[in-house]
Amino acid sequence: MTNQPLVRIRETLGDARLQEAIYAATGRLIEHRRQVVAPEALPDYQELREQARRIKEHTLENLDAYLEQFEAEVRARGGEVVWARDGAEVADFLVELGRRSGARLIVKSKSMTAEEIGLRERLEAQHFEVVETDLGEYIIQLAHERPYHIVAPALHKTRYEVGEIFSQKLGVPRENEPERQTRIARAVLRQKFLAADIGITGANFLVADCGAVVLVENEGNARLTTSAPRIHVAVAGIEKLVPRAQDLAVFLKLLGRSATGQPLTVYTSILSGPRRAGERDGPEQFYVVLLDNGRTRVLAERDKRETLYCIRCGACANHCPVYRRIGGHNYPWVYSGPIGQIASPQFQGLTQDPWLPFASSLCGACAEVCPVKIEIPRLLLELRAEVVKARTRERQNRWERAAFRLWAWVMTRPRVYEALSLAAGLLASEEAGPNWLRRLPALLNAGPLRAWLDYRDLPLPGRSFRQLWRRRTAKVRE
Amino acid sequence: MPLGYNFSFMPARVSLFVTCLVDQFFPRVGLAMAEVLERLGYRVEFPEAQTCCGQPAFNTGYREEARCVARHFLSVFADADYIVAPSGSCTSMIACHYEELFRRDPAALSEVRRLKPRLWEFSQFLLQVAGVEDVGARLPAVVTYHDSCHALRELGIREGPRRLLARVRELQLREMPAGAECCGFGGTFSVKFPEISASMVRAKIEAIRQTGADYVVSVDVSCLMQIQGALNRAGLPVGTLHLAEVLARQ
Repeated sequence: MTNQPLVRIRETLGDARLQEAIYAATGRLIEHRRQVVAPEALPDYQELREQARRIKEHTLENLDAYLEQFEAEVRARGGEVVWARDGAEVADFLVELGRRSGARLIVKSKSMTAEEIGLRERLEAQHFEVVETDLGEYIIQLAHERPYHIVAPALHKTRYEVGEIFSQKLGVPRENEPERQTRIARAVLRQKFLAADIGITGANFLVADCGAVVLVENEGNARLTTSAPRIHVAVAGIEKLVPRAQDLAVFLKLLGRSATGQPLTVYTSILSGPRRAGERDGPEQFYVVLLDNGRTRVLAERDKRETLYCIRCGACANHCPVYRRIGGHNYPWVYSGPIGQIASPQFQGLTQDPWLPFASSLCGACAEVCPVKIEIPRLLLELRAEVVKARTRERQNRWERAAFRLWAWVMTRPRVYEALSLAAGLLASEEAGPNWLRRLPALLNAGPLRAWLDYRDLPLPGRSFRQLWRRRTAKVRE
Repeated sequence: MPLGYNFSFMPARVSLFVTCLVDQFFPRVGLAMAEVLERLGYRVEFPEAQTCCGQPAFNTGYREEARCVARHFLSVFADADYIVAPSGSCTSMIACHYEELFRRDPAALSEVRRLKPRLWEFSQFLLQVAGVEDVGARLPAVVTYHDSCHALRELGIREGPRRLLARVRELQLREMPAGAECCGFGGTFSVKFPEISASMVRAKIEAIRQTGADYVVSVDVSCLMQIQGALNRAGLPVGTLHLAEVLARQ
């Protein structure tokens, strides 16, 4: 692997304050989830997961039909559907819409899909003022960072850091109490909501049979984003579809529980179409932008398409011992944690960050908690094999490949295997103790092996089992 | 009737797959396993041509190399009655991943399916085949059990080893906090990302320390090797034992 990511990972590991913050925050999320998915609290939890997976499987199998149904239903309710191949097309549409409607100020609720295509930056480059209205996302916007976690963008920030950011960027007196900080943000954001021309949201689900956009949140900012401005634009990946409104009964039970340990989030909005005659609120215009951005390519790979089942709950990251140490910013793309480890190579190509699928002990904690049962470890293994294939083609792994070929050659020849094990036994000796491997020639003892031995010992290879077994069998015969 | 005897009054035959790690570095674990099985009346064999299950290559993405070694494994154990291994991880490699590995090789695939029902992780074999919880062991010590990830999540082994430990005389079992968390070994993961792996095992030994246990027990020596290394560096007076070693103590 290239050294850059490793260097940054080392920095994160060495930052005691950050380590504590990540571990404590994810630990709370783990505990909250555990309580609400326990058999006493939700007896049919496992059946729900199975059902959710099957609905996603079915939807993606018939995605073309459901997308068309969704489009027709949105239109029937007075909304518009816009198809976008990538982030540039989403931005083009919004810029055009903004100019047409004389918009200057855009409020935005939290959306990983928008992060994925860098939507805020794209619109800011076109001289729109874009304001994030989710508290965590607002903090991140002020700090000029990217989200640390799929669900909790500012998971790594302590309240003292938030106080610092607010006082620096907003010119307010420093406040370290989260409640006061919320009040500060609220005062700023209220004005923005009232003045905004366009509200942009993502979508947690799109419902085909009623053309609805479903938003799940805790702060009420998404609800304001969709109702205060004249225009509401929801930007959503095409995989967000579910066939029927009743399917939400399955997904809503799982999403809040898996993400934050809430049986339901504080607000669940089901929005279809703009304000109708006689209605008192809602936007005048309602658009749903359906984004591909690589999804159809992932869809085509049948054995790996389940990456698209993800409902972005972040449970895999919370439970991942690697995420809990390296945090969200060491993953190359906006999707961090185990889901990011399979999504990034699938969406952005294998060669970009070939180390990514390998940064896992394959412990399986992610798959165990995934509400749609994505087999993340299986996909990691699959992607590892693909990385090796690509690197072999490019001749980038000659030493590693030679080592494994030699290893396979030895392991299929028991006599050679035993001879080598005898040789290792000679190399080791009692006085070398657990450090025996350090006696290897310098060349063999450099690099990865050296680092490995800094933290653990390989026991002295004395007599192998097979030698002892032979002796034992001989004794029994006597 | 001794448990290992079948109706023909011939002792049932068990073939040990000791795994390469036990063969090379932890032979006492293999011997302990053989001893426990013999005590239960089984005729224990060690097919000498055995080497490795192929997991290191498979987990690193070298599937062709993994297939070579897996084919060798299949041929060595083709006519075994029972195959018993002192490892959740290696057992899971064969039971859960060989089919994936040979998905485009029907001949090998049918071989895998023929072998799978005869393959057992050690604690599973004791409970489900031998049908025994108390093997007559004694160990006057406080122990904590470490769930190895592959045993726990791929083979569903959780209560079994604890039930076996509960029947060991004078042994006191104490659960550690966050016991289901990975120790950080992960095979080549610990070579490619030694610092992340080390950070994981530090949390593990802190959890172990809190139990005040004399020994950490597991069904995988790979985890125990990782944990022992960290215990040594932290200067903690805690030992590591494979479940078979505990059950062989009298």
